[in-house]
Amino acid sequence: MLQSKNKIFTNLSGTDKVDLASSKKRGDWIDAKKIISRKPNLIIEEVKKSGLRGRGGAGFSTGTKWEFMPKQSSKPKYFIVNADESEPGACKDRDLLRREPHKLLEGILYACYAVGANTAYIYIRGEFFREAEILQKAIDEANKDGLLGKNALGSGFDCFVHVHRGAGAYICGEETALLESLEGKKGMPRLKPPFPAVAGLYSCPTTINNVESICVVPAILKRGADWFASLGTKNNTGTKIFSISGHVKNPCNIEEELGIPLKVLIEEYAGGVIGGWDNLLAVIPGGASVPLITKETCNNVKMDFDSLKDVGSGLGTGSIIVMNKTTDIIHAIERISRFFMHESCGQCTPCREGTGWVWRLMKKIRTGEGTPEMIDDLYDITTRIEKHTICAFGDAAAWPVQGLIKNFRKDMESRGKKKLRNKV
Amino acid sequence: MINVIINNKKLQVEEGSSIIQACEKAGVEVPRFCYHEKLKVAGNCRMCLVDVDGRNKPVASCAAVVHEDMVVRTNTPVIKKAREGVMEFLLANHPLDCPICDQAGECDLQDQAMKYGSGSSRFFEDKRAVQDKYMGPLIKTHMTRCIHCTRCIRFATDIAGVEEIGAFGRGEEMEVSTYVGKAITSELSGNMIDICPVGALTSKPYAFKARSWELKKTETIDVSDAVGSNIRVDTRGMEVFRVLPRLHENINEEWISDKTRFSYDGLRNQRLDRPYVRVGGVLKPSTWEEAMSLISKKISRLKGKEIGAIIGDMADAESIMVLKDIMKHFDSPNMDCLPDGIHMDIKNRSSYLFNTTIAGIEESDLCLIIGSDPRHEATMVNARLKKRSMVGGFKVFSVGNSVDLTYPVQHLGADVSILEEIAKGKHKISSALKAAKKPMMIVGYGALSRNDSPAILKLCDKILSQYKFIQKDWNGFNVIHTAASTVAALDLKFVPQLGGMDAKNIINSVVNNDLKFLYLLGADGISTANIKNKSFIVYQGHHGDRSAHVADVILPGAAFTEKDATYVNLEGRAQRTRICTNPPGNAKEDWVILKDIADQIGIKLKYTNKSELHESMCKISPSFCELDSVSREVWGGCGVKGKVSDEKISNIEMNYYMSNSICRSSKIMASCIGKILKGTTMVRG
Repeated sequence: MLQSKNKIFTNLSGTDKVDLASSKKRGDWIDAKKIISRKPNLIIEEVKKSGLRGRGGAGFSTGTKWEFMPKQSSKPKYFIVNADESEPGACKDRDLLRREPHKLLEGILYACYAVGANTAYIYIRGEFFREAEILQKAIDEANKDGLLGKNALGSGFDCFVHVHRGAGAYICGEETALLESLEGKKGMPRLKPPFPAVAGLYSCPTTINNVESICVVPAILKRGADWFASLGTKNNTGTKIFSISGHVKNPCNIEEELGIPLKVLIEEYAGGVIGGWDNLLAVIPGGASVPLITKETCNNVKMDFDSLKDVGSGLGTGSIIVMNKTTDIIHAIERISRFFMHESCGQCTPCREGTGWVWRLMKKIRTGEGTPEMIDDLYDITTRIEKHTICAFGDAAAWPVQGLIKNFRKDMESRGKKKLRNKV
Repeated sequence: MINVIINNKKLQVEEGSSIIQACEKAGVEVPRFCYHEKLKVAGNCRMCLVDVDGRNKPVASCAAVVHEDMVVRTNTPVIKKAREGVMEFLLANHPLDCPICDQAGECDLQDQAMKYGSGSSRFFEDKRAVQDKYMGPLIKTHMTRCIHCTRCIRFATDIAGVEEIGAFGRGEEMEVSTYVGKAITSELSGNMIDICPVGALTSKPYAFKARSWELKKTETIDVSDAVGSNIRVDTRGMEVFRVLPRLHENINEEWISDKTRFSYDGLRNQRLDRPYVRVGGVLKPSTWEEAMSLISKKISRLKGKEIGAIIGDMADAESIMVLKDIMKHFDSPNMDCLPDGIHMDIKNRSSYLFNTTIAGIEESDLCLIIGSDPRHEATMVNARLKKRSMVGGFKVFSVGNSVDLTYPVQHLGADVSILEEIAKGKHKISSALKAAKKPMMIVGYGALSRNDSPAILKLCDKILSQYKFIQKDWNGFNVIHTAASTVAALDLKFVPQLGGMDAKNIINSVVNNDLKFLYLLGADGISTANIKNKSFIVYQGHHGDRSAHVADVILPGAAFTEKDATYVNLEGRAQRTRICTNPPGNAKEDWVILKDIADQIGIKLKYTNKSELHESMCKISPSFCELDSVSREVWGGCGVKGKVSDEKISNIEMNYYMSNSICRSSKIMASCIGKILKGTTMVRG
């Protein structure tokens, strides 16, 4: 369990105000001047040493990402915060944006300084209208106070932060699609390489980070990489916000150390599964795009990148969707399939044509029109989407269905038989 | 060079080439839909996936660049499954309507389904249906067939330079369409039909006319402008069914203009299929014998000065040669090959050619356009300029009318004084010109059709010598001609001889009745309004167009698809057309008609067959001997010193879709005027 002294997001529950003065009381912007008098490479080194892994889902080392930015560049460099949180189940960034906006801005300043970018964009999900307002207000405050803008904190470093509201496409949370969208084009992922660090926004070197990743940076720099690394487990350091939703008594966002057992999270923070732990059917541990895990796995699994990978799922954004035995699991996954069909950008053939096909088969299986052969076909089709597309969306669309078939094949088959029997 | 191993075969490929190019070099076929050599890489069809050792998932070979010691495999079970998968996905929502699809027989999807598909279907859902889009009078759409490869979008944006087509919606609902249902206003739009790998975009005029495998394919060249695009003409029986581009990296790459592609129906209409003789003021059908003896009778006793000859825009070099020899026999100085009032300096060959060459444009770093609209006068030249512009580091300035050339052009104005300032090095662009390493200048008929054009040319000459336009291995002086016949005619010196009249004066003296005999070899570009027919006019050509109406004798010739004939393009590149169909009725090949006239009159020509004719042409200009090659001509300056008037430079007026007699007889071209030029386009098709 996370000790309260190690908590980074002290206002995650929204008990305090979010204005600059209150934020400063909570420790934001303290020692900021001292931090940006350090050399940029030392800041990167510190973040790298902390072992911070990107909180957007992929879990790539944040410090290493910053290191990819060219030191010398004839073009301007950009820093972008990905606040297009659209993963079904995830709502951590939303709370950070409305309750801890100054942590984000402070983190942006350090990140910009570290990678040498003078302009930062926060690409915020279009539906987050109030959050964008709060964020804009915080930026105005910070600009007024000289914390951001020209000659930020009197350091001679310019840091201009802009908010850009998206138009409601899930795929724009994919970093290169985000860049396209920010440039005013249709949000479609780009081919990689070139990676954004080489040619990103307007073909200039660009770093893109998740909101939460950037929000924890000030704490790392203030309290030291060793402190951060001491939390969590090896290779999965620090704290993480988990969004717990579904069949729990008290759905919530909660900050905990990585590596905490899933059972503890659900029982201690979310008030337990409705109907008791034994009433648990399955959990989607990392947002809609990761495969579900069954109760058996849930009993012992730890919530971190590597442990979840070992059980055939993923930490993703740390969005835990709990489903008890009242759930029609086939229906639940079918709904997720429909979501992916609706959100596919339409660029790559397997994803464009495959996601719709998968949903239609899922619908048939849900309504009892499925046959065992259809389930085989469905699984085969998902393997033909997976790994065959430009971005990871294809994989994300395939995994939940694969997870369902692996764990609940019997239910899928019996539903078809039942219908067949009824017909006779 | 980089070492790669493809399917266990070691080879060396150039650095920076993509895996798909390396595979091609290795002779390994990689199926693809969205990838096209001349377009930007999209990487979205996922058909070209290959295995690369060390990567955990298949790689799109069109988008990935080779690196040293890369090991690529295209024959693994993973790739076979991936290809089958993509084929299955593409066919899932593709209507299997091949029997009624115009693309059938030359469809990438069809071919690749045969080779890489799994052979059976397990898709039992309803197929997607998409409303067809209106794209103008040339492109027929059947959008349910679209496989979303985005080739057409990339072509329109990057090559045609019109951002008028794009994708709407996302996922399954993604649709390719023109913006707000308008016709595509590009003169390259027909190429989208070729690059569309399926039957989503097909030719509207060709719709349901023929099957591709029934057609006889003849490789020939185009004569609708002076570029000499390489084309393939598809025929069945006597009829031309369609015209397609043929790859020629130095001229048209793999594109052709819409005029080249779609004016073919003009070859059927208004054709002259028998000789006509004017009897009592009315043109009556006649026989060759009658027409020939009448001409012979009329011309035999005339003096040279009483005879004139003008050639038109599609006359071939062979017939120009024979006509010139006939004129020489009569010692007539009155001949011209240029439309009204254009003066050309023909002292040196380089002073009337496109010396930089079309491919050479890609080396240039600055272009100064004077009195020309290359987009409509020489579309493929403009396409190359656009290509160069897309690479970057290419400045374009223009003097004359301000026109949209599809790439950024700084329009300087239309005053002649601008040229004078540039020549003196005092204009604001002088520093840019000075800095340019390989500048080029394009002079159009807008600058050459003035009374003071020799002086304008001299001014250009001054600019050329002021900056680095002319270097040891670089000639930046370029003339844009608009007619296919012009350069060959200039090579053969079919211009007013000493004391002779030019086209304008010839017509004037016909009107004044000073000239007794006028021979028009397909000359339709002249103004015939005031001619009252006291002098004897012979018109030889393939269409009953403008000038045929004033003729006393009409001799039916062959169109470019009906003869083996030589044309020289604006670069000075000689090329030959090939016989695709026979001329209609009693029409004959043009040089044969002229030779018959010469025989009738009793002129002893030095040649009796075509190869002898070619030999004597070569003696006049060696360019005729070496087909498809461009020789670098010595630069000897251009223009004559004189006073320039302060009249503004304006481009020639030109109706792109009606510029020659074939186009004027084409219904397709006529529909383009209404629907593309006039922009009345909100029609749901």
